[in-house]
Amino acid sequence: MSAEANTPEFDIGDYKYGFHFPERAVVKTQKGLNEDVVRQISASKEEPDWMLDFRLKSLEAFRRLPMPNWGADLSGINFDDIYYYIKPTESVERSWDDVPDDIKKTFDRIGIPEAERKFLAGVGAQYDSEMVYHNIREDLKKMGVVFTDPETGVREHPEIIKKYFGTVIPYNDNKFAALNSAVWSGGSFVYVPPGVHVDIPVQAYFRINSKNFGQFERTLIVADEGSFVHYIEGCTAPTYSSESLHSAVVEIIALPGARVRYSTIQNWATNIYNLVTKRAHAHAGATVEWVDGNLGSKRTMKYPSVFLLGERAHGEVLSIAFAGKGQEQDTGGKMIHNAPNTTSVITSKSISKGGGTSSYRGMVKVAPGLSGIKSKVECDALIIDEESVSNTYPYMEIASENVSIEHEAKVSKISEDQLLYLMSRGIDEEEASMMIVNGFIDPLVKQLPMEYAIELNRLIELEMEGSVG
Amino acid sequence: MTVLRIENLKAEIEGKPILRGIDLEIKTGEIAALMGPNGSGKSTLAHILMGHPRYTVTEGGVFWNDVNLLELEVHERARLGLFLAFQYPVEIPGVTVGKFLKRALEVKLEAKGEKLNVSQYIKQLRSDIDFLEMDQNFINRYLNEGFSGGEKKRMEILQLLTLQPQIAVFDETDSGLDIDALRLVSKGINRMRGPDFGGLIITHYQRILNYVRPDVVHIMYKGKIVTSGREDLVQTLEEKGYDWVKARYGIEEVADVG
Repeated sequence: MSAEANTPEFDIGDYKYGFHFPERAVVKTQKGLNEDVVRQISASKEEPDWMLDFRLKSLEAFRRLPMPNWGADLSGINFDDIYYYIKPTESVERSWDDVPDDIKKTFDRIGIPEAERKFLAGVGAQYDSEMVYHNIREDLKKMGVVFTDPETGVREHPEIIKKYFGTVIPYNDNKFAALNSAVWSGGSFVYVPPGVHVDIPVQAYFRINSKNFGQFERTLIVADEGSFVHYIEGCTAPTYSSESLHSAVVEIIALPGARVRYSTIQNWATNIYNLVTKRAHAHAGATVEWVDGNLGSKRTMKYPSVFLLGERAHGEVLSIAFAGKGQEQDTGGKMIHNAPNTTSVITSKSISKGGGTSSYRGMVKVAPGLSGIKSKVECDALIIDEESVSNTYPYMEIASENVSIEHEAKVSKISEDQLLYLMSRGIDEEEASMMIVNGFIDPLVKQLPMEYAIELNRLIELEMEGSVG
Repeated sequence: MTVLRIENLKAEIEGKPILRGIDLEIKTGEIAALMGPNGSGKSTLAHILMGHPRYTVTEGGVFWNDVNLLELEVHERARLGLFLAFQYPVEIPGVTVGKFLKRALEVKLEAKGEKLNVSQYIKQLRSDIDFLEMDQNFINRYLNEGFSGGEKKRMEILQLLTLQPQIAVFDETDSGLDIDALRLVSKGINRMRGPDFGGLIITHYQRILNYVRPDVVHIMYKGKIVTSGREDLVQTLEEKGYDWVKARYGIEEVADVG
């Protein structure tokens, strides 16, 4: 089996499923970040001046803004030792046959489609998947839906980009959002016209397999009045990157009456700092739902947020985190109630194993003078062994009186009695602990599209392997 | 025929002796009752037979025909055909009854080199649920989560009927049951009765034994079987109470096992 491929969009680093492609496959900007690098990125994308200006003022903000002094330990990041842009140059042929057997085996076990495997293995887009993507794109086009990368968005839909880009997450929001704003490359741009219901999930995978996708991707989703879209950012198989930093920005705007669901499951290599800013604006009667699964990485800090800006807006966050050995998952969600009769739900499930640390960090904020506010926060943590840690940091800033806020937090351990019970029915110990873990996340997994639910279960199985001594 | 033979079994928990030399046989074709006052070590015996890691066997042995049961892991004992109906079944959130039982049956059949017939399994499960007068919705409920005491016990019996073990130990399955639940649980055990099934019913009261009539009755006190007999022994106990046991067999100065 072989496939012709475009140049891999990112370099391949060392890690347990990792392998190297020769350096000649890519041309990189110099290490470290300065104005030249930013100008180079902008020039290579042939961007208009307004986008270059946005990048340059973001660079200024990045330099000015302090590192977060809370959350996960980020002291290992050296900004001068990172390549900020990798530009595809010559076309390089890669064959599926070049991919080592153990990688293929991993893909088999995860059960991801052939086409996606090839992409993930760096062998690029396969004819079939191009076709599938093409067909989906044609259907969407007929409905007036825009589904492309943000570079194309800047070129072809400047009026939408100018209106919304950087409005939910300002360029100077935080150090990592500023960094992304300066050097962003790749990602998705989705626009759904008023009243249009996109009934199949829009999957980034179909697009990113042939285009830039890297550490600093940028996603903007605009759902116009009364529309609906489910966007899935899939990368459930190990995501390869030689760079130690992944810093994405995702902005969602749900205009009045619109509904946007954003699902992602990410499994980064264990050397990655995964620091992502995700935020949504939900206008009157709009709903935004984040489904966010985090596995792998060295440190993850990610708190999908919804600003409830119009009456009866609704926000939801479902967060699943798995922290293994040497990993720290600092995740949660934020709900900012800025209009009356707005409602929100945050559900978080975390698993800590092998000395890993999972922290739930969340915020519910209610502006003054509002009534009819309802919010529910539920966080459950499962600790697999004695060395592992779970923390909960729920913040509440409630400035109105007529509000209903519920908060439940529960930490449990796999008990000897649960294991005995399952084993007494013939299930061996490893499978018994797996069952308990899968059961723990089941209520959340059920909300994922079937293929992602299966993949998440399999990924967790891989993480759990060998956990029984 | 399968015989589960317990020989001079001594066991302790955290250095505290609980079983002081148990000799007992459970064999297919026979239902035995194990009675005794609280704290005599009945539940400990049940847990040790299943392989609970909390207890340490200090002397003696347990044999499944010729197999040394104590050398096997919990799941291996189950696959041999041993079953324990727990006194306090634990909740397993997120794991549905239907999926769990399917997997349990599957591993048991696989151990014998057989394959599960899924449609047959579902048909049987549905009919067993009806038999135990449970709601069919139980198939999709999470195992024991939010079940009432009576529902949990019926769930144990449903598992018994599904897994069809050769030897089953019922650890105070009757405790906390109202008369209807007791009748259904007993109906389940009686359905298993036959030449290929042996049971040990551990109970404090004679009540369940009115429904499931034992072939043999053992009385345990302070970590030992103090006397054995036929069904009439239950009657004697009912009339005289456990004080009679204590008076007759408690003279020997042994530490209270709590």
